[in-house]
Amino acid sequence: MSLDTATIRRIASLARIRLEEEEVGRMQAELNGILGWIEQLQSVDTEGVEPMAGGGAVSLRMREDVVTDGGIPEQVLANAPDREGEYFGVPKVVE
Amino acid sequence: MHPTDFTLRGAIEALNEGLVTSVELTEAHLRAIEALNPRLNAFTTVTAEQALAQAKASDARRKEGIAGPLEGVPLAIKDLFCTAGVRTTAGSRILGNFIPPYESTVTANLLRDGAVFLGKVNLDEFAMGSSNTTSAFGPVENPWSRANDPDTRLVPGGSSGGSAAAVAARLALGATATDTGGSIRQPAAFCGIAGIKPTYGRCSRYGIVAFASSLDQAGPVARTVEDCAILLRSMAGFDPKDSTSAEVPVPDFAAACARGVKGLRIGVPKEYRLDGMPAEIEALWQQGLDWLRAEGAETVEISLPHTKYALPTYYIVAPAEASSNLARYDGVRFGLRVAEKGSDLKDLYERTRAAGFGAEVRRRIMIGTYVLSAGYYDAYYLKAQKVRALIKRDFDEAFGKVDAIVTPATPSAAFGMDEKQDDPVTMYLNDVFTVPANLAGLPGLAVPAGLDAQGLPLGLQVLGRAFDEETVFAVGTAIEKAAGFDALPRLRAGAV
Repeated sequence: MSLDTATIRRIASLARIRLEEEEVGRMQAELNGILGWIEQLQSVDTEGVEPMAGGGAVSLRMREDVVTDGGIPEQVLANAPDREGEYFGVPKVVE
Repeated sequence: MHPTDFTLRGAIEALNEGLVTSVELTEAHLRAIEALNPRLNAFTTVTAEQALAQAKASDARRKEGIAGPLEGVPLAIKDLFCTAGVRTTAGSRILGNFIPPYESTVTANLLRDGAVFLGKVNLDEFAMGSSNTTSAFGPVENPWSRANDPDTRLVPGGSSGGSAAAVAARLALGATATDTGGSIRQPAAFCGIAGIKPTYGRCSRYGIVAFASSLDQAGPVARTVEDCAILLRSMAGFDPKDSTSAEVPVPDFAAACARGVKGLRIGVPKEYRLDGMPAEIEALWQQGLDWLRAEGAETVEISLPHTKYALPTYYIVAPAEASSNLARYDGVRFGLRVAEKGSDLKDLYERTRAAGFGAEVRRRIMIGTYVLSAGYYDAYYLKAQKVRALIKRDFDEAFGKVDAIVTPATPSAAFGMDEKQDDPVTMYLNDVFTVPANLAGLPGLAVPAGLDAQGLPLGLQVLGRAFDEETVFAVGTAIEKAAGFDALPRLRAGAV
């Protein structure tokens, strides 16, 4: 199947990536090229196969539900593009 | 002997015998970087002062009689590993000014063992690429060139192109790297050095900028198989900070190098014989198998029937995980922020991510977002996870019959910087031999085995059972010894 330009714009919006009007056509061609190539997977018989989610055979560990760090606001905020006090700064969200 | 000509093991021995100091080794490598990096662009950040301070401290420790396994050895660190207080960019504009307040577990392990860090090395942006041409800090040049066409600048492979180029050109004794679909093995092969992607879970992923979490693994590149074994022993180990880190003992990998291959059964997968593969790669593969037979191994033809589906499976699974992992780059907590006057939060996200991510990263996030979106999840993502299970099953069955598998490392030698750039899928095909090991979580080693007609290095790949890197190292060492690979790149320390 082939993605139309409306779908390309919708994916970009879901991915929170601004796509300029003149970029839509090229992105559409590239994505359709890649998706056309991965389409061949549909021919593999996967009846009754359990999907493989992780990379390893080991099952994930449990740990005690306790706080292991914290109290380091300066380190957490050290790379913030904008901050106010001990908070990250963002444009006004609620009118 | 010039200090940049040591192997890593040779340097450790020379340090132990007092023939050289860490400061001398470090200064020699810093001078080599100064001379060659303007051309190669292998390093994104050189930490000369810090390196010299670490070297001095190392020499002082040695005088006190304290010497770790890597005491005083200068290394390069892929700029995907967070290093406390030292800029870590992932090759991306979006992290161009990011200074981590913490150290990755792998680099912390190397520091614990006495290593000296020369700086951070270039990579494809977020480790997405096979040519190191997608870095926001410019492409890396391969120190090798074609004998009959020395002016064409070649790619070092990717994504760990800076790591491989730096080690091949003798700007470092070894380097850290990561491999999500071949990013250690392909650049190692293109640059005529060795590199191993260990078993998934062998090295902690804590503090490594995430690309595709179920595929990413750290590993070393170095000029010999044994040097890789020495580095891996220090890098590896259980880490409670990574939930997928394996709680298994770390063996003495270097000791395993000398085991030999007598009596081992070596699998030769018939599906890796590709149409259109250069005859010299096919010939090198056969040569490698002959070498192993001469050392007492038995070669066995095996079948990995789902091999041809590995790449398309990878290009669903990896972008899906990437789109999720890279959602954190939002212009709020760290990294670049781009906003217009009057931008709301969504506009800030969208402008930041459009300006901060390069074309290949944007493409993969878009693919990943699509295959995970409502209505398409089952057709693409779930289907890919099932095919991934079949690919792993192929290997499980093969390793019932054989102890290791030997294949070519790449379908071609290093290509020109302007080649293969027009169509993403052509670039993706570079990883045809390396991707299956990531999908199955298995260890894979690239070892230089010969030259093509143009004088460019070609590598073979050794795959092993999960957590059996020891057999992989034994087979790799046997190939390395038989090949006697001693060709050198044109651009290297001491030669220019």
